[in-house]
Amino acid sequence: MRLTPDNWIFWEYGFIKLNATIVFTWALMAVLVVGSMLITRRLTTGHERSRWQNLLEIVVTAIIGQIEDVGLQNPHRYLSFLGTLFLFVAAASLATVTPGYEPPTASLSTTAALALCVLVAVPLFGISSQGLAAYLKSYMQPTPIMLPFNLISEVTRTLALAVRLFGNMMSGAMIIAILLSITPFVFPIVMEVLGLLTGMVQAYIFTILAAVYIAAATRSSKAAKAPLSAPEG
Amino acid sequence: MLIDWFTVAAQLLNFIILVYLMKRFLYKPVLDAIAAREAKIARELADAAETRARAHQQQAEFEQKNKTFDEQRAALLSEATQAANTERERLLAEARKAAEVASKARAKALQADTQALHGEIVRKTQQRVLEIARRTLADLADVSVEQRACAMLIQRWHEVDGATLAALGTALKATSAQTPALLRSAFDLPPEQLAAIQAALNETFGQTIELKVETAPEVISGIELSAQGQKLAWSIADYLTAFSDKLDEDPTKWSSA
Repeated sequence: MRLTPDNWIFWEYGFIKLNATIVFTWALMAVLVVGSMLITRRLTTGHERSRWQNLLEIVVTAIIGQIEDVGLQNPHRYLSFLGTLFLFVAAASLATVTPGYEPPTASLSTTAALALCVLVAVPLFGISSQGLAAYLKSYMQPTPIMLPFNLISEVTRTLALAVRLFGNMMSGAMIIAILLSITPFVFPIVMEVLGLLTGMVQAYIFTILAAVYIAAATRSSKAAKAPLSAPEG
Repeated sequence: MLIDWFTVAAQLLNFIILVYLMKRFLYKPVLDAIAAREAKIARELADAAETRARAHQQQAEFEQKNKTFDEQRAALLSEATQAANTERERLLAEARKAAEVASKARAKALQADTQALHGEIVRKTQQRVLEIARRTLADLADVSVEQRACAMLIQRWHEVDGATLAALGTALKATSAQTPALLRSAFDLPPEQLAAIQAALNETFGQTIELKVETAPEVISGIELSAQGQKLAWSIADYLTAFSDKLDEDPTKWSSA
């Protein structure tokens, strides 16, 4: 039994390994990109539109709505990053209905890479939003004593992101594999359905947490205090 | 080891590429399409608002025009009604006048007709009466009307009072061959009757009285003797006048009869 698709290696040359994680990621990327290209090739701006265009618009506007709900002021700016995070994780989860497929997110390497992206993106968005000095100063809020704790928090939450997603996706795959060996009928299907739900929830959690981190980093200290002093309503 | 750092790097790169591709092929086109649609909808809403405002304005103008039109129509109708009433009164007055004129003309024509009818009746009656009298006299006494007329003339001058007879005599005596006494009758006098009258005159006035004889239909079955403004006559016209007076009393009755 493979604990991670990293171990399913198709081709290897030195330290370069073409494993299932990378291959299935490419496949997902191809599906997402080609599907988007095919649908957005014939977009209409009138009142009549295709059901695929409707689907894409619903997805995109829903993601924008969620980003706005988190408190990010200009959601279009973060849409590419957060939207792709969500769609990739969700697609990786939904594709588990395909026989022989293993989700790349069940690999700690993938989730670590995504968490590293978040780890880099948060300060980038923070600095571009409020400037380097203000951003760095935010690590010393409310007092400079908090600096190490803030740094630790930054690292641990990234680790938590990676491990949470990996644990959920891997466990789903593991449970199905174990159940298949114990009770090959009915139960694996139920667990598969549950796995789909868990995958969607994890995609949502991963994206929302990333959005929350970015929102915390982009909000200036003045703006962060403003809601406290502002009268309610 | 669960983490393969090469895979991490590859996935990092993959994810960055995916972000770019998704932005290029999904988010941007979809957001552009949504923005274009929103702009289009906003434009259409603005157009609709403008159209509605224009429609409201046109409706208000139309209602105002309708109101003005109604008022003008009412005014024109009132004016036309008044003019029609005036014209009606004028036409009625004209018609009344014309009817009055026609009625007068008709009354006049009726009167003329009545008079003409009256004259015709008188004439016919005279003819009939004369004819009846002639027949009656011929049948009963075997005498002609002419004979009786002459006899009646002679009898009449015997019946007149003395003064009248004297005046007549003076007038007759003054006649001569140039200015004879005029004896007019409705019919041609037979020689015997003329001789009888001549003899009676000569005998009455003691001299020969010159006579000029004329036939005059207007004397109407009678005979008259005139000289120097004096006249002695007999005719059935006297009876007919009495009869005519009787007819004049109720013309409708005799005309319908």
